[in-house]
Amino acid sequence: MDLTLNVWRQERADAPGKIVSYDVPGVDEEMSFLEMIDVLNERLIEKGEEPIAFEHDCREGICGSCSMVINGVPHGPQPETTTCQLYMRHFKDGDTIFVEPFRAKAFPVLRDLIVDRSAFDRIQQAGGYISINTGNAPDANATPVNKEASEAAIDAAQCIGCGACVASCKNASAMLFVAAKVSHLSLLPQGQPERYQRVLNMVSTMDDEGFGACTNQSECEAVCPKGISVSYISRMNRDYLRASVSTPV
Amino acid sequence: MSAVETSSKLDAKIPAGPIAEKWTRYRFENKLLAPNNKRKFHVIVVGSGLAGGSAAATLAEQGYKVTCFCFHDSPRRAHSVAAQGGINAAKNYQNDGDSVFRLFYDTVKGGDFRSREANVYRLAEVSSEIIDQCAAQGVPFSREYGGLLANRSFGGAQVSRTFYSRGQTGQQLLLGCYAALNRQIKSGGVTMVTRHELLDIVQVEGHARGIVTRDLKTGEISSHAANAVVLATGGYSNVFYLSTNAMGSNVTATYRAYRRGAFFANPCFTQIHPTCIPAAGDYQSKLTLMSESLRNDGRVWVPKKQGDTRKPREIPEAERDYYLERKYPSFGNLAPRDIASRAAKEACDDKRGVGPGGRGVYLDFKDAIARLGKDAVAARYGNLFDMYNRITGENPYETPFRIYPAPHYTMGGLWVDYNLMSTIPGLFVIGEANYSDHGANRLGASALMQGLADGYFVLPATIAQYLAGFKGLVSDTRPAAFREVEQDVKGRLEKLLQVGGNKSSASFHRELGQVLWDKCGMSRTEAGLKEALGKVKDLRERFWKEVRVPGRIDQLNPALEEANRVADFLHMGELMCHDALQRDESCGAHFREEHQTPDGEAKRNDQDFCYSSAWEYTGDDAVPTLNKEPLEYENVKLAVRSYK
Ligand SMILES: Cc1cc2nc3c(=O)[nH]c(=O)nc-3n(C[C@H](O)[C@H](O)[C@H](O)COP(=O)(O)OP(=O)(O)OC[C@H]3O[C@@H](n4cnc5c(N)ncnc54)[C@H](O)[C@@H]3O)c2cc1C
Ligand code: FES
Repeated sequence: MDLTLNVWRQERADAPGKIVSYDVPGVDEEMSFLEMIDVLNERLIEKGEEPIAFEHDCREGICGSCSMVINGVPHGPQPETTTCQLYMRHFKDGDTIFVEPFRAKAFPVLRDLIVDRSAFDRIQQAGGYISINTGNAPDANATPVNKEASEAAIDAAQCIGCGACVASCKNASAMLFVAAKVSHLSLLPQGQPERYQRVLNMVSTMDDEGFGACTNQSECEAVCPKGISVSYISRMNRDYLRASVSTPV
Repeated sequence: MSAVETSSKLDAKIPAGPIAEKWTRYRFENKLLAPNNKRKFHVIVVGSGLAGGSAAATLAEQGYKVTCFCFHDSPRRAHSVAAQGGINAAKNYQNDGDSVFRLFYDTVKGGDFRSREANVYRLAEVSSEIIDQCAAQGVPFSREYGGLLANRSFGGAQVSRTFYSRGQTGQQLLLGCYAALNRQIKSGGVTMVTRHELLDIVQVEGHARGIVTRDLKTGEISSHAANAVVLATGGYSNVFYLSTNAMGSNVTATYRAYRRGAFFANPCFTQIHPTCIPAAGDYQSKLTLMSESLRNDGRVWVPKKQGDTRKPREIPEAERDYYLERKYPSFGNLAPRDIASRAAKEACDDKRGVGPGGRGVYLDFKDAIARLGKDAVAARYGNLFDMYNRITGENPYETPFRIYPAPHYTMGGLWVDYNLMSTIPGLFVIGEANYSDHGANRLGASALMQGLADGYFVLPATIAQYLAGFKGLVSDTRPAAFREVEQDVKGRLEKLLQVGGNKSSASFHRELGQVLWDKCGMSRTEAGLKEALGKVKDLRERFWKEVRVPGRIDQLNPALEEANRVADFLHMGELMCHDALQRDESCGAHFREEHQTPDGEAKRNDQDFCYSSAWEYTGDDAVPTLNKEPLEYENVKLAVRSYK
């Protein structure tokens, strides 16, 4: 099939960007979306032009690197599918496709479709862990974990840190991302000792990093490639409330 | 027994004593560093996958000053995140007869007797503590209804010792390790430097004293000094272009270290996994692994007739060749990885392959669905069926899967002694980047175990011995050696940008991959390897005349990053072929057609090849020098690996 791609091009973080249009003839429907861009990039290189910079690594939907807004939707039209797992059979001959970076104040563009998501790391550094040094652990089976809680913890822990939730939210809120980690750890017995301090620290770092407030639109859940539920946000809010009340100021 | 002599340049430093006491004794006899002394030592860790992340976090917990580098934008994205199946440990929670000795034995045997006993035993010994550590970190392992940890079975073992977290064990273990790392970043123990790529290592007076990196955001080339350098940079399966590894996985760190004097061990030991989704066309960028567990209920077949283009369901039973069942009646569809991979290749070479380009075989669930019902099959394998459907658009409930083998793990890597130190003093290598524990073939669920064993438990103990020799902190990048290496690195990048040809580096990478896959892949011959050596050399020459690398050095430039990695792969391919040619025997994943049993199994030659090959760099276009480390088997008897 023959496609037209309208892609956001921006040379550097502090340079202005614009949409540039490319004709991409001969796209095979078995290609992944990123392979289609690979093909375009090789053509650009052969012509002596600069290829489109984009982030990607595993191409299996697990590393969270790929991050494109495709026709206005983070990761494109297929539910629970990352950009790298989106295939061209979902498009048709003659389509015009818009491709833009994940946008948010806290995710500045570095080049073309690559944004800086290090704010996510800083939120995790603020408390997304259980304080246990290597070598200090008790036997793993000494602490049984209720299967239901354990399954719910895995559901939350599946977050790949891609940032689609932020990119989809009109307030650029990171609530789903933070709630996923807070819930994963607070559902497990190992996570209890630091439970309330953790939520306070992570939420305050989230605010400091410039993410917006949550207004319960659930756009985040709709675009989350792992289908992480907004119910974790309510769960976190409960912990947060309790923590704010019980923590001495 | 063995006639092989140890190269005088190799000292494995295996502690004395019975195998079960070596590690305990080693730790007891070692000098201890006081915590306030540890602060005086700076360690650079390159890589933040399971091996590097766990090492950096643990070293910082112990009080060392640590700087950790990765080329990713976050430590959480390392290739380790993609591992699916699980991690082994000799816990014997199932009370099915597992033990440290059994895990040790299975690993040595699975590696077809080409690994070092003392290292493997230590790995089995610490395996159990890994699970404790991860559970305490909050890694959500899959559990039984009683709340205890669940186990599954994996290839090459008769016990159930594999721990897992649904189908995303690597992700959960990596996030656990990332959390431990984050805690140390927050407390100032680790300085994390993301989006920086190591491009060379620096030695002062014969010791590794630092690294030169490129800041991938700004292009700035800079030097970093430390008392010791740890490489945890992963494997090199991407030398084949198409593999199951992440796109960014590369050989640059280990290859650059090799150029500077670290010996490269067993580079030709590369594992090909039998069940991956085949390439769909020339534009294919990587391959996706489908869990091997599918072979429990699926039947593998190809048409009997060459070039048969009928749809699979139109081919009658009598015209199908269930070749695994035919050739290996006792193991059938569950024949071991290397056998199953080679048999698929044979069928396709015989023009009986299916799908685009005839590079695929069917894995059919028709009989399983008839026998068990669709629901039971869905309950067992539903997520894999969905994944296949997402990628290929085909419905495996109705039409058989198409699968084909793909490169996915490299047993070879930088040579290390018992301390995990390379032949460059002060340069340590851990995880998939070293060669240490898997011999000529790795068993499933053992790579995650090895990466975490190295990082959490082994390296933090062994590196102390090396650091004890220092008086104080090394952080000085003024020595001239740093300037020289920086100049080298810049010169090379500039040279790449100046070639000014008209071909993308990916096009050369694809060609390289094809040559290696054909001649140095699942099966190898003397003539084929000699041909490949010539072809790779030609390709490299053409690369430096015809490649086009757009953009500048001082900007975020993914095309430059890629070209630089491809340039190293073009050398690595040659090194693999030298090794495969020299090892004139078959063992594990290294199959030389000249050496097989009448029924097509690998035929080892212990008399002449019971050693690890450690290759020493002698020049970019020169044949490297071989150093041999003979392997002594005192605890496991050398025997023919049998699947009967
Ligand atoms: C699809 C797949 C499934 C697998 N499933 C399993 C399984 O179920 N069980 C199992 O045991 N094993 C499995 N494996 C193997 C296992 O995942 C890997 O061997 C292991 O994760 C490697 O870990 P590592 O820490 O050594 O390297 P990696 O995770 O590859 O990490 C490498 C790190 O080094 C950094 N790096 C590399 N080069 C440079 C450089 N030049 N400069 C700066 N940084 C650099 C990267 O940024 C990264 O942080 C699987 C492998 C694949 C491909
Ligand atoms: S590239 Fe890893 S999730 Fe898409």
